[in-house]
Amino acid sequence: MPIQYYIALAVILFSIGVVGVLTRRNAIIIFMCIELMLNATNLLLVAFSKMHHGAALAADAATKVGVEGQLFVFFVMVVAAAEVSVGLAIIVMMYRNVHSVDINFLNRLKN
Amino acid sequence: MNAIILSAIFGVVLMMASAFVSNRSLYKTIALACLVLLVGANIAETLGYSFFTIDTHNMLAFNKMGLFFNTICFTATLLYVFISSSEIERVDNYTAEYFALIFFSLCGIAILTSFNNLLMMFLGIEIMSIPLYILTGSDKRNLKSNEAALKYFLMGSFSTGILLLGIAFIYGATGSFGLESIKVGTLQMQLSILEVTGCILLLIAFAFKVSAAPFHFWTPDVYDGAPSVFTSFMASIIKVAGFYAFVKLFESRIETTSFATNPAVGVNWHLLFAILIIATLFVGNITAVFQQSVKRMLAYSSIAQAGFMLFALFSVNAFSKEGLYLYAAGYCLATIGIFAVLVRMKDYTFEGFNGLAKHEPTLAFATTVCLLSLAGIPLTVGFFAKYFMLAAVVKQGYAWLAIVGVLFAGVSIYYYFRVIAAMYFKSADENPAAVATSSTVKIGLAVVVAGIIILGVWPHALLNFLYF
Repeated sequence: MPIQYYIALAVILFSIGVVGVLTRRNAIIIFMCIELMLNATNLLLVAFSKMHHGAALAADAATKVGVEGQLFVFFVMVVAAAEVSVGLAIIVMMYRNVHSVDINFLNRLKN
Repeated sequence: MNAIILSAIFGVVLMMASAFVSNRSLYKTIALACLVLLVGANIAETLGYSFFTIDTHNMLAFNKMGLFFNTICFTATLLYVFISSSEIERVDNYTAEYFALIFFSLCGIAILTSFNNLLMMFLGIEIMSIPLYILTGSDKRNLKSNEAALKYFLMGSFSTGILLLGIAFIYGATGSFGLESIKVGTLQMQLSILEVTGCILLLIAFAFKVSAAPFHFWTPDVYDGAPSVFTSFMASIIKVAGFYAFVKLFESRIETTSFATNPAVGVNWHLLFAILIIATLFVGNITAVFQQSVKRMLAYSSIAQAGFMLFALFSVNAFSKEGLYLYAAGYCLATIGIFAVLVRMKDYTFEGFNGLAKHEPTLAFATTVCLLSLAGIPLTVGFFAKYFMLAAVVKQGYAWLAIVGVLFAGVSIYYYFRVIAAMYFKSADENPAAVATSSTVKIGLAVVVAGIIILGVWPHALLNFLYF
């Protein structure tokens, strides 16, 4: 499949994530939308990695070009997990105080 | 390498200390000792004594410039912990953990000053930011602190997503994450629209991180809601480290992706940066004028100062490089000083500062010097920091932008002097400070004031270290 398809898919997934973050009011949903953004970039990284690998294969059969893209994906997943653990803790902390995960409560700070 | 490994180890040491050391007043002594060792180890590496030899496959590159920036950040943290440790103890019961989180943040800063690869840059930003989300929410029963933490976290991870998409695009276009090979790659290959999009996404992500307008909207709420001691850390050390990474990244990119080298798909970076700078200066300064709370005013003023630091991005030359170091040192000193006073006040509004000069002359004097430095009055380091930034822009041939900068600096004098006027020319019957000033704080503030004035008279005391 041409690389353009992958780029289009990743950009669409990413945009769904962005729109979700900007329009939804529930902290958990916003959180899932951010995860969607990260996973869209993971998909894109893997696709590019494969593309560069395929291009380099023609010149050298034992090439390792393109490995770093897949390595990056693992780092993104680890960092995303770390972020999730902190983020969920923050949401739980907020829930204990206001018994809601609605971010409309966030308007208290304005003024 | 010393700084990265030792700061992580010291973070763990402090976490262990909270489990095995029952005497709570020992934590700050341990933290201070660790910070002194960290600064020492970093200076040792600058002089060529690296304790660890690790092959990083050229993903990290240690040079004197980066290590010197580490020294500035670590020394500022040392000063910060020295002044505010008793305030940190008062936030909640987990003092040692707060210190540990500060050390983990410093580890991220050490990575950000030495990255040579986009993967390391991403990790550095995350290692620096994640502890901060926790510190922001550390006042667990305070709703404002909760909200600030959630907002900071959501905005932070949102910008991380944008950053990652930018990195993925650049990887797709060049086939590498390395800063150096990106440079070489783009010269050989045709610059593609993919790479340019990636660069613009990186710009947006960093604008979020350093709170440049129009991506600044989270800053006032987060700075206002977080416990004041941690706002001090966020607004000073973390902010300048973010700027260093911003400039370091774009230094390597501006040339190859610019409109001048590639008329077909290149970006007019100067125009883009100029818009960013003017918007940031405008929003920061004008909104700060209308604030009622000093803490919120300082949040907006930090946006305005970010506008000045963005000049380093606009004109990448030797002058702006020096300016960035001076700005980092001066801004850290002034912010740490003024927040050290602010946390002692009963009331954070401008009226709350009434009559401080009569009741607490030391605090009032230190605040005055810090505010003068932030406003950029001569004989303080803030003046030379702004001067270097503006001179760099004039050197590039954009005098009109420097004039805009000076005009906004003039606006900033208004809101900084409101605090000074409240302290000296208005009176209050009772002491506006809530806690008595300990001698530690007085010593710390004396160091801040001395630093501001010495660097303000002789900026090369700092800058000569760049070239020794």
